[in-house]
Amino acid sequence: MPLTGLEIYKLLPQTNCKECGFPTCLAFAMKLAAKQAELKACPYVSEESKAKLEAASAPPIRLVTLTGEGTQIEVGNETVLFRHEKTFFHRPGLFLRLRDTDAADELKRKAAEADAYHVDYVGINLGLDGFAVEAASGDPAKYAAAVAAVRSVSKKPLILIAGSPELAKAGLQSAAGTRPLLCSADASNWESMAAVAKEAKVPLAVRAESLDSLAELTQQIAKAGVEDLVLDPAVGGYLSSLERLTAIRRLALKSAFRPLGYPTITFPGSGDGASETLLAAEHIAKYAGLIVLDTFDPAGLYPLLVLRQNIYTDPQKPIQVVPGLYEINAPDAKAPLLVTTNFSITYFAVSNEVEGSGWPAWLVVTDAEGMSVLTAWAAGKFDAERIAKAVKISGIKDKIGHQRVIIPGAVAVLSGELEEELQGWQIMVGPREAVDIAAYLKAMWAN
Amino acid sequence: MPLEIPKEKWAGKVREVTLGATKDQGGTRARTLTVGGEAALPFLHHEGALPHQTVLGLEVRDRKPEDWSPLLAKVWGEAISDPGAWAKAAEAAGADFIFLTLSPTQADGSPNTPANARQVVRKVLQGTGLPLAVIGTGQADLDNELLVAVAEEAKGERILMGTCEDKNYRTLVAAAMANDHLVQSKTPMDVNLSKQLVILIHDMGIPLERIIMDPTTGALGYGIEYGYSVMERLRLAALQGDSMTQQPILVTPGEECWKVKEAKVGEGVPGSWGDWERRSINWETTTAASLVHAGADLVVLRHPESLRLLRALVNDLARPAQAA
Repeated sequence: MPLTGLEIYKLLPQTNCKECGFPTCLAFAMKLAAKQAELKACPYVSEESKAKLEAASAPPIRLVTLTGEGTQIEVGNETVLFRHEKTFFHRPGLFLRLRDTDAADELKRKAAEADAYHVDYVGINLGLDGFAVEAASGDPAKYAAAVAAVRSVSKKPLILIAGSPELAKAGLQSAAGTRPLLCSADASNWESMAAVAKEAKVPLAVRAESLDSLAELTQQIAKAGVEDLVLDPAVGGYLSSLERLTAIRRLALKSAFRPLGYPTITFPGSGDGASETLLAAEHIAKYAGLIVLDTFDPAGLYPLLVLRQNIYTDPQKPIQVVPGLYEINAPDAKAPLLVTTNFSITYFAVSNEVEGSGWPAWLVVTDAEGMSVLTAWAAGKFDAERIAKAVKISGIKDKIGHQRVIIPGAVAVLSGELEEELQGWQIMVGPREAVDIAAYLKAMWAN
Repeated sequence: MPLEIPKEKWAGKVREVTLGATKDQGGTRARTLTVGGEAALPFLHHEGALPHQTVLGLEVRDRKPEDWSPLLAKVWGEAISDPGAWAKAAEAAGADFIFLTLSPTQADGSPNTPANARQVVRKVLQGTGLPLAVIGTGQADLDNELLVAVAEEAKGERILMGTCEDKNYRTLVAAAMANDHLVQSKTPMDVNLSKQLVILIHDMGIPLERIIMDPTTGALGYGIEYGYSVMERLRLAALQGDSMTQQPILVTPGEECWKVKEAKVGEGVPGSWGDWERRSINWETTTAASLVHAGADLVVLRHPESLRLLRALVNDLARPAQAA
């Protein structure tokens, strides 16, 4: 949490010695707050103040990076509790848990299947971020082989779930060349796990049942020299998850409490009888940094990937669809032609209704800078000129045997102008709401 | 030293609204349903009283819907053609209330009529003892005819009537006032429009304790983030003391989700979408669960399995907390 000029001033010697080049300590403090001066310009600042000022300039939730082979994921560095306050920045990583108790072939098959999984959502390619390989066998050799097996089919980042330093070392050896998360240190093994993580220069997850013990552990481990930590608050069901993850986020952001200023990791599959999908959905909306799933089921993964995409959309920058010509229900030369804007929600409303109606249709999406029909019209981004241009460059003329175009009812006022711009075309005024499109086509579109 | 977890102090709280009336109260419902009353953000029990659980309704139609997913037709079976039987089945599936939606036409294709709407509402009231919401067809002129008749038919039952929108609310509000019902105030994903319509409706003289707001939500993948953030902002405003945002929130993820391709279509879709039935239910429940976290008080679903999954969620979230 950045300090104000006055807060910084209180930490300075307040002698107005001018050696920093500024006339007063207060003036220097103001420059520091504005990041236009550096603290080292002050020769007399105490070590204690220095530490406080340095800590205050670090982000309240540390950014932690995991890397695979040519792949990486960053989590943490969030700054708000609610997405509308600014935005959520780093989408939580979705990882699949695999266990070394599976035979190598089985492990490879599972990893390869999940690694290849991808789904297209509004032109964005979505998939899993990596694998959490668990040393369930307790046998270091077996674990090393399992990590190697997963790496043989996937280049994605790894989480190594290893309960002892021996297992951790075995896993890390097989993971050489990547930067996995080591999972996890607890009150009983933190010293040796921290030593392993420090030597391998990898981030370390820290697990404790209470936030007090968790904060105590992270302070000890940070002192031992491991800076990139991930918190495992051992969440259970829906309620305890919400409480703990909210408490951690608030302590980090509102109280600038460093010991819990790290991203979190959750395991929604072990949630006291909760549905793994619904608990993972809660973790996406409410403050998880890494989410380890026990089951690979596209029917559950697809909605989670979309939810993550939606929740982490910047509220200031609406998702846009690419302007151009879209085909719905395999249209032919006789199919109706509709026009709308490239605001994603507008596009979805229209394409969904048309698709649901069963009508084959052509849809020209006009570049309206991501605004909805009325907003874009009011801003001059959805006028006759733009619509005409979009229709012309879409190449639709060669694909249909008619020259009729349906415009949204909300911009009926444009039809006269559009007739001028699109000579020879008949401009039809469609319904105001997308939901009425099916009824409109039924009544108005004669083949 | 034990950690001090920052707590928010709130000046305001959500109003309590009661749906349904028992025999003693002039109706025939077996139970009533009170929602709202929150004095803290969703499920943060240690910060303030959260006296009522999130309630779950199932949508029932006045006639067999032509455009519903075959998965829904399959799960409801023959009941789908008989609103009384459907409401009974919805009660058996664990619903807290019935959300009856009227259609523009009757099963034989003829336009819906006030007489038919009365008959349907009578059947549903007889089929179930649960509190009832009756929502119009979405066509303003027709709704004004149908819902006035419905309001009279259900006089004293304290049903929730909708939909009141900025262009069409006067007739509905007057009918609700004359017959002791509640109204649903629906606005398109905007905090200010939501407030404004509550003010207009309240100005007609209906008490705030009889208004439920529906800020509109999109399905997962189809604009959920807008509805989600509008709900979070409405709830924050309510807790900060902004009086006209302090109405309980109703959302309809069932309707939103079951019209999107992911739920509606089983064939010709990418293999990466996974098993159709599980995907559809996940779509509905993931949407609904996210809205519950954003502050929904009443959630309307379509699939009984979705209701079962959401029930486990709201039961767990309502359980008073052990110290974290």
